[in-house]
Amino acid sequence: MKHDDGDVAGLGRPRAVAFALPALAIIGVFLFLPALWTLWLGLTNYRLTGTAAAHPKVVWFDNYRTALTDHEFRGALWRTTLFVIGSALIGQSLFGFSLAWVLQRVRKPIRSVVEFFVLLAWIVPSSVSSFLWFALYDRRNGTLNALLGTKGTAWLIQYPMWSIVVFNTWVGTAFSMLLYRSALGSVPPSQLESARLAGAGPGAQLRDVIFPHIRSHILTNTLLITLWTFNVFTPYLLTGPANRKAEIMAGYIYRTSLRVGELGQGAAISLIMIVINLIIALVYLRVLRERTP
Amino acid sequence: MSASPVAERSTAMSRFDAQPIRHFLGVIGRTVFVAFMLAFFTLPVLWLVFAPFDKTPGLGVSLPEFTIANFRTLFKSSSALSALRNSLILAGGTAALVLVAGSLASYALSRVRIPGRDMLLYVLLLMSSIVTGTAAMVPTFQLVNELHLIDKMLGVVLVIGAGTLPTVIFILKDFMDNIPKSYEESARLFGARPLRILWDVVVPTARSGLAAIAVWAVVQVWGNFLVPYILLRSPDKSPAAVVMYTFYTEGGQPNLRLIAAFALVYSLPVVLVYFFVSRRYGFRFYGGIKR
Repeated sequence: MKHDDGDVAGLGRPRAVAFALPALAIIGVFLFLPALWTLWLGLTNYRLTGTAAAHPKVVWFDNYRTALTDHEFRGALWRTTLFVIGSALIGQSLFGFSLAWVLQRVRKPIRSVVEFFVLLAWIVPSSVSSFLWFALYDRRNGTLNALLGTKGTAWLIQYPMWSIVVFNTWVGTAFSMLLYRSALGSVPPSQLESARLAGAGPGAQLRDVIFPHIRSHILTNTLLITLWTFNVFTPYLLTGPANRKAEIMAGYIYRTSLRVGELGQGAAISLIMIVINLIIALVYLRVLRERTP
Repeated sequence: MSASPVAERSTAMSRFDAQPIRHFLGVIGRTVFVAFMLAFFTLPVLWLVFAPFDKTPGLGVSLPEFTIANFRTLFKSSSALSALRNSLILAGGTAALVLVAGSLASYALSRVRIPGRDMLLYVLLLMSSIVTGTAAMVPTFQLVNELHLIDKMLGVVLVIGAGTLPTVIFILKDFMDNIPKSYEESARLFGARPLRILWDVVVPTARSGLAAIAVWAVVQVWGNFLVPYILLRSPDKSPAAVVMYTFYTEGGQPNLRLIAAFALVYSLPVVLVYFFVSRRYGFRFYGGIKR
């Protein structure tokens, strides 16, 4: 062993590999293997029960053909897109940024209270937060109807997509708020000051000083919340298995594979989701790398 | 010629007048905005604050007729208690697994230059962010099924552990990189073996990092619904996340007294942990904690 390679404890390569092995084995089996296995499963007619469970047949690309022509799949993908646009790109980003922006100018106690509740929404476990909204939206006794005077409105049934979009905005805004808060903190105050002295209003300050400075933060935030929102399972807990009008990819994949039992079909959809995730993640890593030098 | 100073003065005047008006409008706008946001973010949580202490809680928010009987109901409910116990087992098991496997791996990766190390870390992080519980639901279920780990807590621990380990290794390696190497050098001079050096020198030095990781792992497992929901069958093995859901979806009239008390007791630990973490490490750390 050479002495300048940082190996001060005298591990040596073989022992280092042995140290890393347990972790790598767990990751390999329970993270990599499922991803690879879904390639194979997606080509079969594997089912949870019945004859196809014991003797699955290879059906090649039938599952993918079925998925792409199936209106349920396309509906779920379309609703997921709306869900991502509505709750992440519009809801969380806009709320998060404006909270970060406005709370800078608000007295500290008020700021702390608002931030606490925004964060609380994010921290509360998902099955609790979905129950809280389930109660809020309730047709007969829900607080929302009592407050708005909209007696008897069944929000989850009459406005299913709006309901889950608002819910997910509520849950996830905290991350964008935190990220934009630190981004706004990195804008040099001297530049803002000179813009203000030159007579720039808040709109001009945002456009000419703030946005150019935090562009990379905006990209980071957008890509991360897109990825997370695309994979979120929680709306299923709010709407339940019966509400198809609010069914997004997570619920659809669960119903197809584990409730109906079409594992092969579900695996094909799994792979489609993983590929979409991969594309978003690669764009993100690309952006990160461009930012570092 | 004579009009121009007047005109100048009047624009100066109006500018002078516009300033306080703009300021006033700004204050009004801010107040309305903050009030709306506060209402939006507090309204759903109010139920969690009031209902647990209400004699007859409904689905709507109302000021409670104070009682603590709901918590007595909770501590008599065997399903609620076993759910909390199962959550503790899963959280403790996962934290132990990722701490042991993660610190071994991150130490090795920090100290020894294994070829392709950076690429490996990069690929691990990439995989952990794209092979999510939702997207990989089917193959994960199938794999755990083949390994006969369905309805076993070990299966849940391994699956969540594998999903969190890449992040754990990445963060811990950062901690290990910053530990001065002179400690280990002197320990080696006294003849300590690598595992002993790791246990007696590195672990105590990195303990704040290890504590942070343990907290992070516990929060991850505590709130995770999907993995135990798919992989566990028997109700008596289900953690609180799943039992909370079954309480209000399965069978007849939901028992709101039990649900309210249970929701509070189940949520409180993560809220407290959040206080602890944000005071110690600031929000920055928490930014990565939830997902």
